[in-house]
Amino acid sequence: MSAPVLDLSLVPPLGEPRPQPVPDVHLTTLGSGLRVAVVPRAGVPLVELRLRVPFAAASARTAAAHVARTSVLTGAVLLGTQSHDQVQIAQLLQAEGAEMSVSADPDRLLFGTTTLPAGLPAVLGVLAELLTAPTYPGAPVAAEKARVAERIAIARSQPGVVARTALATRRYGVHPYAVQLPETEQVANTTPAALRKLHRERVLPAGSTLVLVGDVDPAAALDAVAVALGGWTGGGTAVDAPPLPPTPPGPLQLVDRPGAVQSNLRIGGPAPGRRDPELPAVRLASTVYGGYFSSRLVENIRERRGYTYSPRSSVDHLQAGSSFLVEADVATEVTGPALLETQYELGRIALLPVTEAELEAARRYLLGTTALATATHAGLASTLSALVGAGLPAEWLTEHQAALAAVTLDEVTAAARRWLHPAGLTTVVVGDAERVAGQLEALGPVQR
Amino acid sequence: MSSPPAELTLRHPVERFTLDNGLRVVLAPDTSVPVVAVSVFYDVGMRSEPEGRTGFAHLFEHVMFQGSAHVPKMEHARLVQAAGGTFNGSTHQDYTNYYEALPAEALERALFLEADRMAAPAITEENLRNQIDVVKEEIRVNVLNRPYGAFPWLQLPQIAFGSFANTHDGYGSFVDLESSTVADAQDFFDRYYAPANAVLCIGGDLDVAETERLVRRHFDAVPHRAAPATPYTGEPSPTGPRHGVVVDALAPAPAVAIGWRVPDPVGDLDTYLGTVLLSELLSEGDASRLELRLVHRDHLAVAQSSYVGLFGDPFDVRDATLLTTQVHHPADVAPQRVLDAVHEEVDKVAQDGVGADELARVQARTSTQLLRGADSVLGRTLGFASAELVHGRAELAGELAARLAAVTPEQVQHAARGLARDTAAVLELHTAGGTA
Repeated sequence: MSAPVLDLSLVPPLGEPRPQPVPDVHLTTLGSGLRVAVVPRAGVPLVELRLRVPFAAASARTAAAHVARTSVLTGAVLLGTQSHDQVQIAQLLQAEGAEMSVSADPDRLLFGTTTLPAGLPAVLGVLAELLTAPTYPGAPVAAEKARVAERIAIARSQPGVVARTALATRRYGVHPYAVQLPETEQVANTTPAALRKLHRERVLPAGSTLVLVGDVDPAAALDAVAVALGGWTGGGTAVDAPPLPPTPPGPLQLVDRPGAVQSNLRIGGPAPGRRDPELPAVRLASTVYGGYFSSRLVENIRERRGYTYSPRSSVDHLQAGSSFLVEADVATEVTGPALLETQYELGRIALLPVTEAELEAARRYLLGTTALATATHAGLASTLSALVGAGLPAEWLTEHQAALAAVTLDEVTAAARRWLHPAGLTTVVVGDAERVAGQLEALGPVQR
Repeated sequence: MSSPPAELTLRHPVERFTLDNGLRVVLAPDTSVPVVAVSVFYDVGMRSEPEGRTGFAHLFEHVMFQGSAHVPKMEHARLVQAAGGTFNGSTHQDYTNYYEALPAEALERALFLEADRMAAPAITEENLRNQIDVVKEEIRVNVLNRPYGAFPWLQLPQIAFGSFANTHDGYGSFVDLESSTVADAQDFFDRYYAPANAVLCIGGDLDVAETERLVRRHFDAVPHRAAPATPYTGEPSPTGPRHGVVVDALAPAPAVAIGWRVPDPVGDLDTYLGTVLLSELLSEGDASRLELRLVHRDHLAVAQSSYVGLFGDPFDVRDATLLTTQVHHPADVAPQRVLDAVHEEVDKVAQDGVGADELARVQARTSTQLLRGADSVLGRTLGFASAELVHGRAELAGELAARLAAVTPEQVQHAARGLARDTAAVLELHTAGGTA
């Protein structure tokens, strides 16, 4: 009952694109080495704050302990300062409409909050206390460790987490990025003294980046930052993750999850970083392959075959190396067929050119959704925090958009050949081994 | 402490008109970013489903993306995404929505797509079978293959309510989904997807007169059909406690949820606002009563949360609804200890009231969260649309922060008196190991 082909004469043409607002970024580096980016913009009367502190494990040898301590530190840093206890800290922030979230990934620690504009000086004051005078009090830290252990157990029961950690272990080998979830035993062994030491050595202004976006006056905000964070001066330099060693893909790894009604397919490999001129072409190739609903992978294994709900591919960036990733959660009984189609589409895009129409659709999608994602205080703050934190200029965003606009069909084809070819990628499947091993072995070697 | 902002009302004018076919149209112009959002809300949700057709509202939402009279399968997605836009849809208790966020120059394209499927979606056997498979995978991802997947949103209503509308599984049983037919889908469309049963809300960088002209160009041709009566989803208030236990074979640790019936979100909004703030006071953030008591002081919980409305949005539901508190607790803490502590904290508010300082802090936090949600053109547009559909007034979405900032300590205390222990519904989640 729907039209077999689209009659383009019925589709309203797009109007003239309107100019994209360019963020008005005021960038300063304080004497302590802290970089500060302030961006005033129209929108709701709020300010978004992000403080990014480099926090990678320095070496493979120390990674397990570092990740365990960090998992406790993110909660424990809020448990008290020399001036205020946990309740007072929370109330001081709440009074300004704020709440501090502290999170970690393999590269950094991130303090983030939203505040009413008038509350910015007070919130910066609390942030300064957390940075310079946390106490890591014994009994509350012990309770936090118990909670972290419970949360790790819950995380390990999630198939998506199991699949992500298995792929990281497989891909990164002995590099610190291989450790994605701490061992509960090492969490239990973390002492307040170890947290204080970690904080003293690693929560440093040099290499850190503070981003403020929203209803702010740049000069007044900078003054407020200088006043509040003037005492944050710890010596030392930031530590970034060591370079990634090359790891050959190896055979498919099957992780048994007895009784699972779905299998989690995860495929990953290296990708160009943000400074690599090939990145725009790879992002476009990934988008055509599985990066949005209009992609080949979604059309094939969801809309044609009904194997899965939300298959996807993406290009992700960590400081020491970027990744091309494919994910699909598929019904147990079609695990083999779903992997076959996923690999077929990888092989097809690696060997055969994409069409002009596919390239143009992907290009407009990436340009448009980047504009959408940075059209809020929170979206722009998080984007800038990642970029400036990675040492890139704020103009990177505009330059990358221009580069996306200029990529040619030949460049996308070459990038797909180099980065998306299935033989260069690592595959992990989490599922009921008894029911899926035979299907997977029909396609190639399987390692348990 | 900052005083609440002098002006918490969103300054977006709202224009509205109604087409001859009954479609209600709301325009919320705002030119600060070159983005528009187009949304269509149909007044049909999980609570409209008949017995034997659980999950049908959601399944039908999927069918609406399978193409329409002039749009082949996959082309809806391509036309939106190749314009630099995003799209989605979602099924709620009382409505189903469809929306796009796009560069402003793609506005008319989105109107064409929404009008085409409002007139004639591609309801075919092939599309229906394909999407039944996709929905089953969605349910496996979100419910069957993960711990706590149905907790408590699919499980608590079964013991908290009495009527089929309120108790049944809105994601649907596989038996009901698999037995769905094209005739069922066509009938569902004919009954519920009439233009007179929908709200079209457009927000962002638009010209009001030009947009009205475009709306009429594309939607005037959709024929009028009578809108069905709004289903009555209210229920008598519970008169006694209810208690249930579920075993989650995938869960590593137990949990417990408490649901209290709350005032009518639409008919008794003023009283309901007190309940919404009570929920924030109890559970929102590190300074909240239950976080301090359960997590930090007594170490009874790993995590706690409270919310009003089944999906956490208190303003997009009709009666009957719940304030739900859910707590993940260690296996060596008996659920009764958790329940006692929660009820004690509620009773403290009921008996002693709330200090003006504490309430002002909670209101500041609530304001920032509402404002944050309204910062994106899409978030704002969806808020206006659901307020128009559920409350009959899109403007309410812009006024909520100010309305909540005006709630008094007495209103919050009154709300706490409504959360009686002897009319609460309690659901315990046990692990397969039989702990707790």
